[in-house]
Amino acid sequence: MNPVLSVKGVSKHFGGLKAVDDVTFEVRRGEILGLIGPNGSGKSTLFNCILGQLPASGGKVEVDGRDVAGLRPCDLNLLGVGRTFQMLQVFPEMTVLENIILAGQEHKGTMFSRLFGKPDAGLTDEAKRMIEFFRLTHQTNEKAGSLSYGQQKLLDAAMAFMAGPKLVLLDEPAGGVNLTMLAHLKERLKAFNEERGATFVVIEHNMEFVMSLCTRIIVLANGRIIAEGEPEAVRNDPQVIEAYLGG
Amino acid sequence: MNARANFLAILAAVAVLAVLPSSLSTYSVYVLCSWMVFSIAAMGLNLTLGFAGQVSLAQAAFMGIGAYTTALMTMAGIPWPLAMIAAAVECFLIGLVLGYPALRVQHHFLAFVTLAFNALVFLVLRNEEWLTGGTYGVVGIPRPSVLGFSTNQQTGFYYVVFGFFLVLSAVLYGILRSPWGRAFQALRENPIRANSLGVDIRRMTLLAFAIGSAYGGIAGGLLGQLVQFIDPNSFTLTISLKVLLMVIVGGAGYFFGPYLGALLVILMPEFLRFTEGYYLMLYALLVIVLMISCPKGLLGIVDRIKLSIKLRQNPSATAWEQGK
Ligand SMILES: Nc1ncnc2c1ncn2[C@@H]1O[C@H](COP(=O)(O)OP(=O)(O)OP(=O)(O)O)[C@@H](O)[C@H]1O
Ligand SMILES: [Mg+2]
Repeated sequence: MNPVLSVKGVSKHFGGLKAVDDVTFEVRRGEILGLIGPNGSGKSTLFNCILGQLPASGGKVEVDGRDVAGLRPCDLNLLGVGRTFQMLQVFPEMTVLENIILAGQEHKGTMFSRLFGKPDAGLTDEAKRMIEFFRLTHQTNEKAGSLSYGQQKLLDAAMAFMAGPKLVLLDEPAGGVNLTMLAHLKERLKAFNEERGATFVVIEHNMEFVMSLCTRIIVLANGRIIAEGEPEAVRNDPQVIEAYLGG
Repeated sequence: MNARANFLAILAAVAVLAVLPSSLSTYSVYVLCSWMVFSIAAMGLNLTLGFAGQVSLAQAAFMGIGAYTTALMTMAGIPWPLAMIAAAVECFLIGLVLGYPALRVQHHFLAFVTLAFNALVFLVLRNEEWLTGGTYGVVGIPRPSVLGFSTNQQTGFYYVVFGFFLVLSAVLYGILRSPWGRAFQALRENPIRANSLGVDIRRMTLLAFAIGSAYGGIAGGLLGQLVQFIDPNSFTLTISLKVLLMVIVGGAGYFFGPYLGALLVILMPEFLRFTEGYYLMLYALLVIVLMISCPKGLLGIVDRIKLSIKLRQNPSATAWEQGK
């Protein structure tokens, strides 16, 4: 079986800076892969290259065995790849419900059926279930901009899941989220992984969160992969400790 | 409850507009027609700018293209409905092309690109005399006849404009209520996030321009038939700014903003006429005061009142909205 995501020798140069330097890895179906590394090690840049947000300087990315070179972020999303950004990204003037419906509507019907069909693209019920799943029911009709930071993080993640993606790339989903909310988010991610078979790649600085959530971890430093393996092994890898302390 | 009250209010307004001309002078009917024509142009710009967030200073250029197209075609003997459709389609396509720069530049850069386009259209209208009559413009544009009835009387033509006004309002409402409307709004609020959620932002940007421009083209076609005379000066940047003012004053991004804005911009000079030489100054002052006190336009004030009621009921809930 093809890996869900296969990254082959991807590089990204900003002028002389090699932000991502010849990175190769695969993501297997159903796994939760952690991507860690010091600040500025190229994690977010790698995501952006995989998702067509930034043009890579070299290398190849395959989703389900299909070369996705030249595809735009929206094309990749329609292929079943969801994401969140490191910085919060919601639609502040829209209600929580509208945010979630938007996240699903482009996957329903065609351009024209969306113009002439139902205003909610038939997604209200599903959206409400998703909102409940992320425990935002009381905020359903609040504007997204009026939610707390942690709630907006949850909404952001909920949007990434709405279209039922096979692969989700999460960039620091736990950043700035308080402990209760964090435990809640972890539980939601695990539930998605187990119940719906969703595959994740998670960038995160919170070690405890990563170690308890992920089944495998890749460590990036200066744009290169320096270690890869099970959480315990990676935690004790001298190179990793060195990169973090020296970083 | 609320939706029902809104619906009844709209129904009442439509009924009033339907019977109004019989009790008004010819000139007043003309002013009303002018309000509806500019409302249509402003509705289009409200889609492009207010909902989809794409700055355009070229709405008058599209009105000009629409006006000249319908005028020249009807005067060449082509039936007016065909001419109107041609004007709308032509503006839709040109709007599509004008949308391309918006894929690269935003905000004030985009404002300059569209401004240059307006200047370009003005120059074409003025210089291509063989087609447009140059600075003399086009005189004697025929009024349409509907089912054999001439609309040379002001009231007859009023109902033609009214028909367009109603249908185009309904069409816009349908678009904004559909997933397209949500996608337009997402494009305005956060294009990068929208893109990552499958919204084809390139297509939506182009469509926002194209549809808004088609509304401008239809408004222009009607304007030519209303005034029965057009020249390049009717479609300068100043007129684009006037349409922009309507959208901003009424409330950009509010469905009813353009109607209110156009009403104010068209009617205020009429009301202030008694002040003679001072009316333009008063008018400018009023606009300045409004923009300072409520940058979100008149309908923004309504929102603010609603919010203060909500706050009285639940003081803690909406600090964010208050802070805006
Ligand atoms: N658009 C850009 N132009 C120039 N340099 C960039 C750009 N984006 C990122 N970089 C540089 O690339 C390097 C990697 O940045 P990146 O954001 O990928 O790091 P990161 O691993 O996500 O860090 P953090 O953990 O702080 O989020 C940094 O040195 C950064 O300054
Ligand atoms: Mg980052």
